[in-house]
Formats: sequence, C-alpha cells, structure tokens
Amino acid sequence: MMRVALFVTCLADTLFPQAAVATVRLLERLGHEVVFPEGQTCCGQMHVNTGYPDDALRLVRRHVRVFAPYDVVVAPSASCVGSVRHQHATVARGAGDERLASRAEAVAARTYELSEFLVDVLGVTEVGAYYPHRVTYHPTCHSLRMLRVGDRPSRLLRAVRGLDLVELPQAEQCCGFGGTFALKNADTSTAMLADKMRHVLATGADVCTAGDASCLMHIGGGLSRLRAGVRTVHLAEILASTEADPAGTPVGGAVAAAPTTGGTR
Amino acid sequence: MTRSFLGMPATAPPDVGHLRGAEPFPAAARRALSDAQLRRNLGHATATIRSRSAAVIGEVPDWPQLRAAGRAIKTDTMARLPELLEQLEAAVTAAGGTVHWAADAVEANRIVTDLVRAAGADRVIKVKSMVTQEIGLNEALEAAGVEPVETDLAELIVQLGDDRPSHILVPAIHRNRAEIREIFLRAMPGVDPALTDEPAALAAAARRHLRQTFLSTRVAVSGANFAVAETGTLAVVESEGNGRMCLTLPETLITVMGIEKVVPTWRDLEVFLQLLPRASTGERMNPYTSMWTGVTPGDGPQAFHLVLLDNGRSAVLADPVGRQALHCIRCSACLNVCPVYERTGGHAYGSVYPGPIGAVLSPQLTGIEDNASLPYASSLCGACYDACPVMIDIPSILVHLRGRAPHPRAEATAMAAAAYTMDHPALYAAAQRAARLGRLAGRGHGLPPPLSGWTASRDLPQPPSRTFRQWWAER
Repeated sequence: MMRVALFVTCLADTLFPQAAVATVRLLERLGHEVVFPEGQTCCGQMHVNTGYPDDALRLVRRHVRVFAPYDVVVAPSASCVGSVRHQHATVARGAGDERLASRAEAVAARTYELSEFLVDVLGVTEVGAYYPHRVTYHPTCHSLRMLRVGDRPSRLLRAVRGLDLVELPQAEQCCGFGGTFALKNADTSTAMLADKMRHVLATGADVCTAGDASCLMHIGGGLSRLRAGVRTVHLAEILASTEADPAGTPVGGAVAAAPTTGGTR
Repeated sequence: MTRSFLGMPATAPPDVGHLRGAEPFPAAARRALSDAQLRRNLGHATATIRSRSAAVIGEVPDWPQLRAAGRAIKTDTMARLPELLEQLEAAVTAAGGTVHWAADAVEANRIVTDLVRAAGADRVIKVKSMVTQEIGLNEALEAAGVEPVETDLAELIVQLGDDRPSHILVPAIHRNRAEIREIFLRAMPGVDPALTDEPAALAAAARRHLRQTFLSTRVAVSGANFAVAETGTLAVVESEGNGRMCLTLPETLITVMGIEKVVPTWRDLEVFLQLLPRASTGERMNPYTSMWTGVTPGDGPQAFHLVLLDNGRSAVLADPVGRQALHCIRCSACLNVCPVYERTGGHAYGSVYPGPIGAVLSPQLTGIEDNASLPYASSLCGACYDACPVMIDIPSILVHLRGRAPHPRAEATAMAAAAYTMDHPALYAAAQRAARLGRLAGRGHGLPPPLSGWTASRDLPQPPSRTFRQWWAER
C-alpha cells in the first residue's frame, strides 16, 4: 500500500470535482491511502504561460512547500504535472532562488500524472473498471508531447469491461484550448476546436475522454454549444466506474449535482 | 561592425523591411480564418508536406542523433560567433570574394544597391531568399531604379501577384493552381492566353518567361543556407535549378546572409544536408545544392560579394533563452505542423517569418514591443518542438518572451490579484464559492471581455454543487 498525496489542480477542485473524486475512489479501490494536503491551490501554470512568472513564483513556492513532505504526488492532469516538471524550477531560477529550484525538482521527480502512476508505478492496466460506452480518447498535447504518456491511457481504457474504444482521427492535433490562448486568440482557438469536434463526432462515440479536465472543458463546451449529444468525461471517472458504482451516479450525495465534464450552459 | 555597441545590441530598425505587421495577430488571424479558400489551400498543402516529411524521416534510423548533432553544432556556433565570422571573412577574402558587414537592413540595402550600380546593371535576378525579404531589398532596389526579378517559381507568383510570401519554404502556399493561372494571365508579359492550370503548364510558362532574363542579366542576388567558416564556402539549397542558374550565369554575384548561417567546418554540412531536405520538403536528398568558394577564374561569376547582416541578431544572441531561435535552418517544419499556422496562414503573423519560429524570432529581432502579440499566437501544443530538425525548444522560448512582453494593465492587475488569492487558501476557497454563486446567478451568459472570448463559441461548465475540497472536508 502506498500513501498518495492528491494534487487536485485548481480546475478540478473548482469546476470538475467529479474527476478528483474519481481519482480518490480509484486509488482507494486499488488499496492505497489518499491524503489531500489542504494548503494546495494552483500550480501557477496559467501565470507562467500568460507571461507572469513573477506572480507565479509565490504559487510555485506554495506548491513546493505543500507537497515536499510526500513521497508520491498524483494529479488527474498532464498539463499541471507538466508545469511542475518543466516550469517550476525554471521560475525559481529566473527569480534567483536556486534552493527553491532544487526543492521543486525533488517534488517534480515524485509527481505523476494518473495514467503514469497507474501503469509505471503501480504496474497495473486492469483496474477493475466497468464502463459500457463507446469512447474515443483525445491525447492532450501536454500528455502526448510534454509527459510522453504514450499509449498508457489507451492500455488502461482497453482493459475496461464493456468499453468500446474507437480511434480518434488526427488525434494528435491540439484541440485549441491552450489556457489563455482560448481567450486571447478566441477565433483561432475556435477554428481548431471545430476540427477537433468534427473528428470526435466522426467516431460515433458517445463519450470523449482525456487526461486533462481543461481540454475536456474546451471540447465539451463546444460540443454542448452545438447540442451534439456527445459527452466529455475525464479518464479518471471511467477508470473509477464499476458495476456497483457507475460513473455519473451520485454516491453519498457528495457531488450529486456534478455533471460530466463538458457541462451545459 | 560599423558601430561600436554600448550596452544592448540594436534591434532591427522600423520603416524598412518586413518584420512587423500592421495589426496584432488576433485581428489579422480573425480575417484570415474567414477566408475559406485560404483555409482549404493551407489545410491541403500542410497535410501533404507533413505526411511526405514524416515518411522520409521514418526511414532514417539515426534521426534523433542527427537532430542532437544539429543542435550541438548550432550551440557551438553561437557560443563563438564573432570568431567564426572573422574566420569566414578571411577565407572568403582569400578566395577572391569581398566581405561587407551590415549592421542592419538599411546598411545592407545600401551596400547591395551600390554594388549593383557599380556593376552598371539596371536589373538583377534573385534566388529565393528569406533574408532579402526580411530587409525589403526588392523595394530598395526598385527605389534606386533597379528591377529585381524573382526566379523561384513561388516567389515569382508572389512578385507577379503583388503579394507577400506566407511560408518560409513555399511562399505561395496560400494560392492554389487556379489562382496562380489567373495571376500569370494578368501579370506575366507575353503569356499564352490559353494557359491551363496544370502544374506542368504553369511551370513551363514561368520557365519561358525567365529564360531570356537568366541569359541577359549580369548581376544576381542570393541568400545563403550555410557558410563554412573553415573554407569560405557558401551553400544554397533549392529544388528548381533556378538558383543554380543565378549562381553561375551572371558576372557578379551578391550574397546576403544572416550572421547566424555560418557553420564551423565543411564536415558540419553532412549533418545539415541530411536534416534539411527531409524536414522541409520531405525529400531524401536536396535536388540542387550549389556550393562556391570565392571566385574561380574563367568559371562562374568573376565578382563575388558577401554581405553579412546583423539586423537584430546580436540582440537575439544576447538572450540566453531566446538565442536558440538563431539555430533555425529555415526548413519550415514547424509551420507545417502548427495547428495555428495551418488555419491562419503566414500573413497573419505580419513578419516574413511566420509560424512558430516566426513567433519567437520576429519579436526578438524587432524588440518585443513591436511584435508583442506574436509570442501569444500559439496554444503551446509543442508540435513545433517535436518537428524541429535542430531541436529548438520553441514553446519554452514563447513562454519566456511572454514574460518580457508588455501586458495590458487590467490583465496584470487581475493576474496579481489571482496569485495573491491563490496564495491564501482561505481567500481561495471563498473565491471558489463566490464564483459558483455568480455562475448560478448569471448562468454564464454574456461574460465581459476577455471572458466573452470563451462564451462566443463554447458553453461554460455547469458549476458543481460543491468543490472537491468541500467534498473532502465532509466525506
């Protein structure tokens, strides 16, 4: 049994708690202890990527302080793990704080995206999930090209009972989210989203999944606007789903009103 | 250099050349995105080049090692650029060439114009070159009464169409063959009115148009892909043979070259001549690779001038993160894989250097204030970094430049407030609850700018009944 610190990410905490709850349930079901360090807020990626490394510094410092005591940190997001691995030490060095940079590198070395943790650390691909839906998987840019998670999510999905995994055409193309890119270059972002939605719809899947709630918020927001009848669901929710406890069913009333990741208006 | 620098090196001067757009990227992109023909032309062309390039790269077992070697050679070159340039100057001079140093576009244009005048010519033939587009050489020559004739097919299309290049390798990528036929019928003297839009017919029309010009023009202007410091050898890599004619037929050859194009040794070409064609055109070997060293009596141009151009490159070199942009070998692989470029095309970037590499190079050459929107013209998807044959970490440079870009005051205030809130968990939790209540009241319609950019085309997620941390506290 491992003791796992959940790095929830600010987006999942605030808007997509069902993805974080699913991560907790999945890891507990696999026999591990999950703890939630309550001092965590945001990794600072939005600040770094929008050009505010000075503002990000205090968030990097907080993240490192909060997670330094733990041996294993797991997040349901490739993008936020990517920021921890590839940006935190750079932000610290840019501010001349070499000590923070080396502490950030130590935390980064113990931080895993969910599919990495399951496949590489725990060595499992069959997690005992049941999800009777036609599903297509969008490899988010940061899972594909920053973390190089490769086929780990697909291997996990293929082992889910009842799940019909269909390949997404031109899967490796960006959905157009890009954080504040979606606001600053909303037209270009929308053009990219239009093509991504076209490919999702072409699969005939009723669910589009991914390892990042942010990209799913983007794709799901577009599909919802078109009333396309396709949901977006985080990978963790599918892996947490079982016959006894299917995804999307309120359990204990805790996140009863939480919709699937795409949402409605 | 003709100037002695004190402090930071100068950036490229305004009002000359083509490094600055007339409007910010989002506005230019918005117009481009609504051009359905452009979208179709670009989508088709980039997908074709992408698959061709991927196929021939897949044949090379040591591609990762070649990329690493390319990066290592460029890193070494930048670390001792002044010494290598002086070595190049000595070697070119010893081989009978003349080397000129141009601090910026104004100096380079003046040097070339004076050389053309001194040769008594009123027309020059040109090999496709990015650097002469960068400095606006054609406009400078025309102002001096010299006619520049572009001999690369795509550059000719751009020139006859009174257009601007939109791609580093395929300047007329935004045009399809029907549009090219129309341009030729309108602007090519003596063209057959029965011209069809068959690619072979269009190429033949251009060939007939250019042949007499090749034979009767005494001065040529080229750029350079590489210059070997060790030997003084210049190299131009092209695929039509027009370059070979320009480099061999005239009496006088003038080559304008960015100072970052130097490589230390002849052996280094082995690496780049493998990387470049596979990454750029998707060819195993480049069709026409012309190399020359100074002047050879009785063979080829009898006068050779090399103009070494800075135009902001020393300023790029001064930035430890940004200097990687100088490693670029202009293959345009990053353009072909970029989801932003594929949809907006090159003109939206304003500069002759479009796409991901342009988004990091142009703002550094001009100073970030003049191209402040370009580092944001990317979703940071990382496809460019994977495609780059010399492993330029373009996403990291984009993020670095965003940190140096001027920020809107309201955005800066909001970002600082957000960071402060997120650094205080109690405030953060209160803000989460407030955001949820606000959403419940407003349902996400008609958000104020910049958030309206989201709701224009996407719904907002329905707010959950509680945040994760509330769930955790209550479980």
